[in-house]
Amino acid sequence: MQTEALHSIFLNAAIVNNFVLALFLGICPFLGVSAKKETAWNMGLAVIFVMLVSSMSAYAINWLLTELDLLFLRLICYIAIIASAVQLVEMFVKRFSPSLFRSLGIFLPLITTNCAILGLALFQTAKEYNFIQSLVYATGAGVGFLLALMLMAGLREKLALARVPSVSQGAALSLMLAGLLSLAFMGFAGIGGSIG
Amino acid sequence: MSVDVETHSQPQREPSTPLPVTPSWAMLRTLAGIATLSGLLVVMVYQFTQPIIAENERVLTERAVFEVLPGASSNVIFILDEHGISQVGEGRSGVRIFAGYRPDGSLRGIAFPAAARGYQDVIQFLFGYDPACACIIGSKVLRSTETPGLGDKIDNDPRFLANFDALDARLDPDGRALLNPITLVAQGTKTDPWQIDGISGSTISAQAMARALNEAAQRFLPIIQREQATLTQPTP
Amino acid sequence: MSNLPNRIESLSPDTFIRGLWRENPVFVMLLGMCPVLAVTNTTINAIAMGLATTFVLVCSSILISLLRDWIPKQVRIASFIVIIATFVTIVDYGIQAISLELYAALGAFIQLIVANCVILGRAEAFASKQRLHTTLVDSLGMGAGFTLALLSLGTVREILGSGTLLGIPLFGDNFQPWVVMILPPGGFFVLGAWLLLFNWIRLRKEQQSIERSGVAANAN
Repeated sequence: MQTEALHSIFLNAAIVNNFVLALFLGICPFLGVSAKKETAWNMGLAVIFVMLVSSMSAYAINWLLTELDLLFLRLICYIAIIASAVQLVEMFVKRFSPSLFRSLGIFLPLITTNCAILGLALFQTAKEYNFIQSLVYATGAGVGFLLALMLMAGLREKLALARVPSVSQGAALSLMLAGLLSLAFMGFAGIGGSIG
Repeated sequence: MSVDVETHSQPQREPSTPLPVTPSWAMLRTLAGIATLSGLLVVMVYQFTQPIIAENERVLTERAVFEVLPGASSNVIFILDEHGISQVGEGRSGVRIFAGYRPDGSLRGIAFPAAARGYQDVIQFLFGYDPACACIIGSKVLRSTETPGLGDKIDNDPRFLANFDALDARLDPDGRALLNPITLVAQGTKTDPWQIDGISGSTISAQAMARALNEAAQRFLPIIQREQATLTQPTP
Repeated sequence: MSNLPNRIESLSPDTFIRGLWRENPVFVMLLGMCPVLAVTNTTINAIAMGLATTFVLVCSSILISLLRDWIPKQVRIASFIVIIATFVTIVDYGIQAISLELYAALGAFIQLIVANCVILGRAEAFASKQRLHTTLVDSLGMGAGFTLALLSLGTVREILGSGTLLGIPLFGDNFQPWVVMILPPGGFFVLGAWLLLFNWIRLRKEQQSIERSGVAANAN
């Protein structure tokens, strides 16, 4: 799909095929970090950043492995690269924004096992995007993740004040909410086709 | 690269229990050992499964080609690029097209791929083209994430699929493009043999299919028509 | 899982059973939910995914348990990830060799087993500390629990969303499938409904035990 337009890629990744609500990637942080809007925002930003870094690294690694004809090592290399990228981001944040580091602290290692990051690397490879398209795809996916996380956090902050039956407290209610959000996002399907 | 990086990540460890000092050669030894072991395992499995996967792929492609070219019983893969059609292994990169042959060795038709963005994501198709009648004689959805029950009608609604039994795809006198672009019309308003009778309820998916077919046909059919001679000779 | 003691655990029936029910990775721990939601639109996908994950879980747990004395603490996560990724690559090629159609249906989620927190979690909390036979039984139990969770979603979603079970039509031609169930929102709804059910059962049990102890106290 070398010819796909950039805005189409972006909208597709951010909204139509939203990583969380349509592709089910990154559900663990989506449920774990969506209780408060502030943490959700920070987490979302961290994910966008990590996505950009790992998208670029994955592009480079894939090129290298294709040249060397070692494609069967792709998965192992991707996960190693992503783990290192997350560590780099962690050190970076720790150095330049200790307060952000405190609020993100435990989530950053979680990003390593966040399937959204690995999924991004795998999808951009499967779709055979070039470098620019990969970057746009990564940004779109990250923005989509942030959007889903913020929407969910907004809903859950309101819901924390509501009286719900005790049986539905916790993850069950969050999942039902996520289902409703996902249903709403289905309405966006098709926009990529009409403009792309 | 993970060696120096991993040492920084001890998020859940309490600072009160300092780590026993591990010499770095031990860490390197472990990582190198594990990397070697995993490399060996992966290569062994890769060597073992590669021929089976290639065979699976061949069977799957063959089934798809025979489906869009009814009556074909064998097929050969060719590579199509802007210069023309060449055989696999000549080192040219381009689109893979599939020539299907009847049991007597004569050319039944050519299957060519097409793709367009549908309702959810990009849909990939395979179409069958018969040079003898200059028409499309079959279609198949190779990959799609369209809504079940609505968008997937483009692959299983018999009334819609009948469009592709003999869809007019003649070339203009110059042989550079289609004489009549293939278009989608609203359900029940088909008047010409190059029109596709749509499906109400899955307009966008059907539109994507028409767009994919028209684009691919405009691109490939002039070359296929021009270089038919390379395809009609059954290769040994 | 973090409260697991560091002592060597002896083998008991509970080693297997807790993965199925009390510490079920999906329903209780809420781990590894991405594949649980993504590939459970048909029963056959759910079974394939469950078996693939179990295979990776068991193999990597065995290897990690065997190597546990040679892996320094500082590089353990890196080592675990490489070991897990190796077995996932093996499964990836294995499924392609078995059926390319199944492979296409599961998509990238086979390779995403690497990022399944259940596997890394078990490696970190259990396999890296326990002896081989306990680890084997524990990982089998966790794998079975994970497969059970996938199946409980897969069957419900396929029956409601397509009116079939394992591809066999269950209802007559008049059945109008509830399509949303095999679409993304259906995954969230069905998993949410299962969690509601389990919450309800747990609350009822607690209620009963409180009543019972109340009765016992009165009798005294």
